[in-house]
Amino acid sequence: MNIFVCIRQVPDTTTRIKLREDGNGIDETDIQWIISPHDELAIEEALQLRDRQPGSTVTVLSAGPERVVESLRMALAMGADSAVRLDLPGDADSVVNSQALAAAIDKQGTADVVFVGKEAIDNGAGAVGTMLAVKLGFPCINVVNGIDYGAGSVTCRRDVGGGNIEIIETTLPAVISAQVGLNEPRYATALNIIKAKKKPIDTLSTDELGISEADCKTLLKNFELPPPKQPCHLIEGSPAEQATELVRVLAEDIQAI
Amino acid sequence: MKILIIAEHKNGVLAEATRELFGLPLGQAEIHAVVAGEGIAPLAEPLGQLGAAKVRLVDSPALAGGTGESLGQALGQVIPQLAPDVVLTAHTPQGRDLAPRLAEGLDAALATDCIQATFNDGQVTLRRPVYAGKATAEVEFTDDSLKVITIRPRTAKAPEPDTALSAEVTSVSVQLSEQKTVLKEIIAGGGERPDVTEAAIIVTGGRSLGSAENFSIIENFADTIGAAVGSSRAAVDAGYRPYRDQVGQTGKVVSPQVYIACGVSGAIQHLAGMRTSKHIVAINTDPDAPIFQLADHGIVGDLFEVVPLLAEAVKNRTGG
Repeated sequence: MNIFVCIRQVPDTTTRIKLREDGNGIDETDIQWIISPHDELAIEEALQLRDRQPGSTVTVLSAGPERVVESLRMALAMGADSAVRLDLPGDADSVVNSQALAAAIDKQGTADVVFVGKEAIDNGAGAVGTMLAVKLGFPCINVVNGIDYGAGSVTCRRDVGGGNIEIIETTLPAVISAQVGLNEPRYATALNIIKAKKKPIDTLSTDELGISEADCKTLLKNFELPPPKQPCHLIEGSPAEQATELVRVLAEDIQAI
Repeated sequence: MKILIIAEHKNGVLAEATRELFGLPLGQAEIHAVVAGEGIAPLAEPLGQLGAAKVRLVDSPALAGGTGESLGQALGQVIPQLAPDVVLTAHTPQGRDLAPRLAEGLDAALATDCIQATFNDGQVTLRRPVYAGKATAEVEFTDDSLKVITIRPRTAKAPEPDTALSAEVTSVSVQLSEQKTVLKEIIAGGGERPDVTEAAIIVTGGRSLGSAENFSIIENFADTIGAAVGSSRAAVDAGYRPYRDQVGQTGKVVSPQVYIACGVSGAIQHLAGMRTSKHIVAINTDPDAPIFQLADHGIVGDLFEVVPLLAEAVKNRTGG
């Protein structure tokens, strides 16, 4: 099987976001970059599937600037067979990112299955996988936390919120977006991290992909940090008094209960 | 400007998140709504009373099972006939799945999870969270393409229905091709409590609860006020709660009216997931816990003591 994984490089979850001076993006100085957590699940699923299907390969794709090579190397260290960077700025929108990924998959041949994370934790749109599927003419099953593989089809457990699960069957090829619970992503060993440093990572330019950054339909600008909060109003008294006062605040001041 | 609202529904009732869309500052826009499903004709009346001038019904047994594929295909056929400038839907699990399908299929621009949206004189102004709420950004559209926009639940308050209003209702039919995806089964596991992404009030517990059983303290209080139960990542990792309750950058990002954090210290990735809550309450033994920097109201105290008293105080107040 030709298995593809699309990953996004994002700031580590512990990052304190600082804004660029022009306000149209974040200051990337000192940011620790990681593979977006749901994308690690996508990589793990691809590796497990490959190992059950002799002759399969896992190709990892990531759109972004030079820095994303580091995350692609991490995917190689986890066990992916090859990795390709699609040379786009970090702020390209989901329209152009999905165009780039579709073009890259076409260039590499045919896909039997494409795994993505349910969303990247930077923009959190959760849109690229679905848009990619529509471009490729594949069905797309989103927010999947369990997969049974059949012959030419898969049955997915889909998390539809509120604790409810849908069981959906789809033909392959398909795009599947991974949700927590799908698997436990492996850690790359130190040895494999070192080995991955020597592996080649191809780069495809926008010209080679036949796309243009100018096709972005949206831009994000005027970033703002959350406004500073007023100091917390601490409720004093005995525990019973505190509880009574808090319930009064909820009922009378906020009118929430 | 013509805005088309995609109405979401369940068991014959309009989703609250859909009703809220009519409460956004929609300016002088012409509001249309579309409902897809089986037996959905009765939904036209409430949509009219909320302010839809025209309602289009896409009624088909093939849409009863509502996969993203069938819904996307059906609406993808209907929307061009209506030629809206904006397609608006709630950022619910269904809306999140549907919006990119429509945007890609209709060559539209896509803006998801907006927490501010103003429509005025043909101008659309949007703000959305980035980095799970660690910052927000304005969405600028680079051309005049159709705009597909999803709005985070609880961004606006649903207007009261105006019984004097009614919509012009039309049925439209669609031709669905053979489907690649088939919905086999829906397993309901949610129980009676609301989901954290749609609840008005969330009571969240952290790892300091110490066990899955001790979360009954949180549940009891949540149930007295009709709240959802949330969890920090640490409590999920410790196995006290299922992942679906996790609030934070790698869990659910929420914006309830009131967020009550009990024994949650406030790791940065947790704060990112709940900081857009309208009112934040923190209960923690440690007065220096980061959660207090974000809280509007706080109690420095032991949740094991305070939270049961809260449940009691609510019962006393309501005479229960």
